[in-house]
Amino acid sequence: MIADSGSSSMSASTAIYVHDIPAERPWSYALKKGQTLRIIDSEGQQAVDALLYCLADPAERYSAQDTLRTQGSAYVELGTRLISNKGRVMARITADSCGRHDTSAGCCSCESNAVRFGEATKYQHACRENFILELSRYGLSKRDIVANLNFFMNVPIDPNGNFAVVDGISAPGNYVDVSMELDVIFVISNCPQVNNPCNGFNPTPIRVMIWDEPKL
Amino acid sequence: MTVIASRQDIVEANRRRYEELRTAGQEAKPKALPELTALDAAPILPEAVISREEVPGDWYAIVRLRRGEALRIADPAGQSSVSMIAWREEETSERINCADTVKVQWSAVVSRGRVILSDMGRVMFSLIEDTSGAHDLMVGGSSPASAAAAYGAASRNTQENFTAGAAKVGLGPRDIPPCVTFFATVAVDPAGRFVWNETVKRPGDFVDLRAEMNTIVVLSNCAHPLNPARPSPSRPITLVRYRAPAAMADDPCRTGSAEAARAFAFTDRLYG
Repeated sequence: MIADSGSSSMSASTAIYVHDIPAERPWSYALKKGQTLRIIDSEGQQAVDALLYCLADPAERYSAQDTLRTQGSAYVELGTRLISNKGRVMARITADSCGRHDTSAGCCSCESNAVRFGEATKYQHACRENFILELSRYGLSKRDIVANLNFFMNVPIDPNGNFAVVDGISAPGNYVDVSMELDVIFVISNCPQVNNPCNGFNPTPIRVMIWDEPKL
Repeated sequence: MTVIASRQDIVEANRRRYEELRTAGQEAKPKALPELTALDAAPILPEAVISREEVPGDWYAIVRLRRGEALRIADPAGQSSVSMIAWREEETSERINCADTVKVQWSAVVSRGRVILSDMGRVMFSLIEDTSGAHDLMVGGSSPASAAAAYGAASRNTQENFTAGAAKVGLGPRDIPPCVTFFATVAVDPAGRFVWNETVKRPGDFVDLRAEMNTIVVLSNCAHPLNPARPSPSRPITLVRYRAPAAMADDPCRTGSAEAARAFAFTDRLYG
């Protein structure tokens, strides 16, 4: 199910924050319970890797397996509750003009790129580099990087278990709204991957906007 | 005259490489996988056994497995599922990574002939024997809430087992990664829903993991959260730690794909 717009009060003029994240760069923000983050795939076909940590105790963080187990299905979509490793709802997907997002494929790293695409790709920028640097601002480290969300990333899993990242289906301007149910540190890596189709082989900027109210 | 590749040429070359790897990973590799181990095959030589342990239903075990050793996890009753997390012994920030395991092998499931990767592009374990072929990397283990809902208040569960196991090797909640669960027959239907298929589990099922690096392993013998059986179906499991036969040049785990060969090369450098 796809929602086509946010609530009427969520216009550009009521946003408390608007920021363009350049291609390949990280971003983070301490979001309060009740606030809504909109992530906009400004130019289309751009994967956005994301992690959430509880502001009060970052040892409590987004858990992909708890999220999937709780909802009983394999993809993140409108209505998905993002569950912590302590079983609490951290946030909900409250609008989605794209339709399906991944949380099983993890983030790219220099090391996994070298395995997947050959050692020459080891020295290319990767999401885990972004996450390590952004998390270091909060006293967190590589050990805090868990399986992440991949907004706008298309990873169909067939009944035989075949698993592949295929061409992104998000169009320019597609967006997803995430409404917070706890105070969280929301961390994004605007994915730099150029070796698979998740970014159409061409990483591009994205936009984030924040509103003070949840979308109802 | 120097020819500089245009941006479009690079994009096209990267797309071609991706499609070649995908064809190899999704079409050639599955055909080349070894058959599942027969229930009565692959006996462990008595002189190779290092230690043997029985783990009661709903409990956990900590195993230190050195490079070249193997662990047989056996489910005599055919009703248990066994969840596992693991770290590299010398550097515990390196740990099992289900997402990389899945995407590097182009498969949401692992079975005999496949490997389990760390987050550092190295092989932690090879699945050298496997009677089951049904192991879950997506859904994870039971939680306090899921176990309470299924079996009653204060039921033992995998997440608390992992917390306790990690604590006994000096690690904490921040060190617990997503887990793999053996003998858990989870599939994804066309609508994206998880489906449990009980019929695939058999008494005597076992899986043998050959450690490709020095590891610390925590195993939780709790029922998989999608298993509909009530009360909890978990029964005692047997763990046998043994000296594995050396990998041959044609070892299917090492040679099964270009990706696996690279991951083994990076792993071997740790010990070269």
